[in-house]
Amino acid sequence: MASQYREIAKKTLWSDNPVIKQILGICSALAVTNLVSNTLVMGIGVALVTAFSSLTVSALRNIIPIRVRMMVQTLIIAFYVIIVDIILRAYYPDMSRALGPYVGLIITNCIIMGRCEAFAQANKPLLSFYDGFMSGMGYTLILTIIAVVRELMGFGTILGFRILGDWWTPWTIMVMAPSAFFVLASIIWVANSLTVSKEKAAGQSISRGVQTSGN
Amino acid sequence: MGISPFVIFFASIFTSNVLLTNFLGMCSYLSISKDLKSSLGLGEAVIFVMTVTSVLNYLVYQYILVPFELEYLRFIVFIIVIAAFVQLVEMILERFMPNLYYTLGIFLPLITVNCAILGVALFIVIREYNFLQSLAYGAGGGIGWTLAILALAGIRQKVDETKIPKGLQGAGFAMIVTGIMALAFIGFSGILAIQ
Repeated sequence: MASQYREIAKKTLWSDNPVIKQILGICSALAVTNLVSNTLVMGIGVALVTAFSSLTVSALRNIIPIRVRMMVQTLIIAFYVIIVDIILRAYYPDMSRALGPYVGLIITNCIIMGRCEAFAQANKPLLSFYDGFMSGMGYTLILTIIAVVRELMGFGTILGFRILGDWWTPWTIMVMAPSAFFVLASIIWVANSLTVSKEKAAGQSISRGVQTSGN
Repeated sequence: MGISPFVIFFASIFTSNVLLTNFLGMCSYLSISKDLKSSLGLGEAVIFVMTVTSVLNYLVYQYILVPFELEYLRFIVFIIVIAAFVQLVEMILERFMPNLYYTLGIFLPLITVNCAILGVALFIVIREYNFLQSLAYGAGGGIGWTLAILALAGIRQKVDETKIPKGLQGAGFAMIVTGIMALAFIGFSGILAIQ
């Protein structure tokens, strides 16, 4: 049982990471990453919505008719997104304004629908909850890396605290939209190269094993 | 409030492109853009659905949700309006225009989950556009999205034969191209700008 949980954590955080490996949920990943604080709030929101949607879908998986399950899943997701939106507007109005429409766009975030379809449909509620939450964490992890790069180079700060001194000339492009594409592309490149080289190493050892056994 | 619909229309195509500056509709943008023809098909469907649903959602919001103080339900209502409209279009096309249905039909289900459609509806609420401005933003947003996906599909077809580092193939490369395109489009923001 415990190994199952560890397996899920490993998959969602790295080897099957929703953002860099499956290229899901890119819209908000690019839009909210200009400041680390926005990103963390968005990440927690997505993680909670994914977790609770997976829990609900999994709990109802034997009741929902197969034909209308997409619509039901969308409504379940929308329900949790509305709760997140109301909480944000009540307690963090500034954050709510900064995130703008992207809170609502959590509904169409493919990660959540993907986890509901691929995992929660076929697994027990508690495990689905955990899987959804970890997928959200995998998303948050990558977004935080992007946001740290963008905020550090664009403003010289992290979470609003000045890290780089006065000598640092802020890169205006890091605040603007195009840099999000460049930073995310670089992260995908690094991640894919690491996997490719690992696969190559594994492939070589296998072929070597075949050779020795052949001899 | 007082921005002319024409300014909104052209700005949402070029300088405030929904895809390149607001990152809406990235998922289908990255997965469909491998082929010019299907990009065009999806683009046409997006223009049509976005124009109509942005007006529909505007009307529903202003005349049903606001009078009954149900603004907090807008996410659910918008997504239902979009899904219902797409379903309706699909049925009408299948019944009356089978030819168009076969070219456009496969793209219609993809549109419900295209966040650009929902995003445009939400932007209209947040920026408090009036009827004409919503129409202009919906149409301009759809055209801008199509322009971006066509440009990327064209570039990707040309680059197919070149050597790209292995880790960068596919999504990574598409994203870098998109970033450069975004730079070019934003370069015009001195002429027109909304937001």
